[in-house]
Amino acid sequence: MNRKIIWPILVSLVSAGLLSLLASSDPDGLEQVAEQLGFARTATTEPLLPALAPDYLMPGLKNQALATSLAGISGTLLVLILGWGLGKFLGKSASRRTRS
Amino acid sequence: MHIPDGFLDTKTWAALAVTSAGLVGLASRKVKTKLDEAKIPLLGLVAAFVFAAQLVNFPIAGGTSGHFLGGMLAALLVGPWAATLVLTVVLLVQALVFGDGGLLALGANIFNLAILGVWSGYFTAKPFLAFNNIKTKKIGIFLGSWIAVVLAASACAFEVWISGIVPLTVFPLMIGIHALIGLAEGLITLAAYDLIFQVRPDILVFKGEQA
Repeated sequence: MNRKIIWPILVSLVSAGLLSLLASSDPDGLEQVAEQLGFARTATTEPLLPALAPDYLMPGLKNQALATSLAGISGTLLVLILGWGLGKFLGKSASRRTRS
Repeated sequence: MHIPDGFLDTKTWAALAVTSAGLVGLASRKVKTKLDEAKIPLLGLVAAFVFAAQLVNFPIAGGTSGHFLGGMLAALLVGPWAATLVLTVVLLVQALVFGDGGLLALGANIFNLAILGVWSGYFTAKPFLAFNNIKTKKIGIFLGSWIAVVLAASACAFEVWISGIVPLTVFPLMIGIHALIGLAEGLITLAAYDLIFQVRPDILVFKGEQA
């Protein structure tokens, strides 16, 4: 595969797999404000569709670091494939139209 | 800033769902006509990078964390229409696979992050990027990044406020925190831009020309 494509993919995967472990566990801006103003409770606890890896933790793994890493890496690979697929799909539809 | 389900009332999440669906559909049509063969793998790459970067929360102030948004950077790499699609893909996966952001609230999150978070940055940076001076371009990129974050946060504050669950104080609180996060967004975007400019300047779509 093209070296120029490999590098950004690797950087993203390393970031997802390793840097994510260093991520701050402090609540983010919205969560913090929700806590402060007391509306955090209104968030639905039961999601409409159960998430596969809620809170970025791969289910079934006791080691939290591993669960986080794998979740990050899987998510990155998934969006990589979906993004690429979307590009392919949109690109094909465009060329199909110009040919006809 | 991903809004979970339960925060927004029906009128709000429904209106934003419809609006976002329409705008994302428009973005798809625009990208179809403008997408260059060579850029196809870029959509995946930019999505991967944005997703990965959004995982790394950094502490910002008083027990709060922030994370990178990536709307400005995505616009610089693939143009604003494609950036909207890229951020939408990221948000979809975040909500459906990881429960980060509600499913009903997806339209709101797409509107705030993939639309406002991209286009406000684009329109802010655009005039600066037209200059040949690299310092001027960078000022534009920094400002664009900052405005994207602050505007997205303002929209988010507005949405929870009109849903009737918070008082007006949500505005200064959300905007205050995100004004700081926006600074980090600006710095990270500039660092990424610098790196890309040195290594692969050819992939920078947005050089001040039309989207």
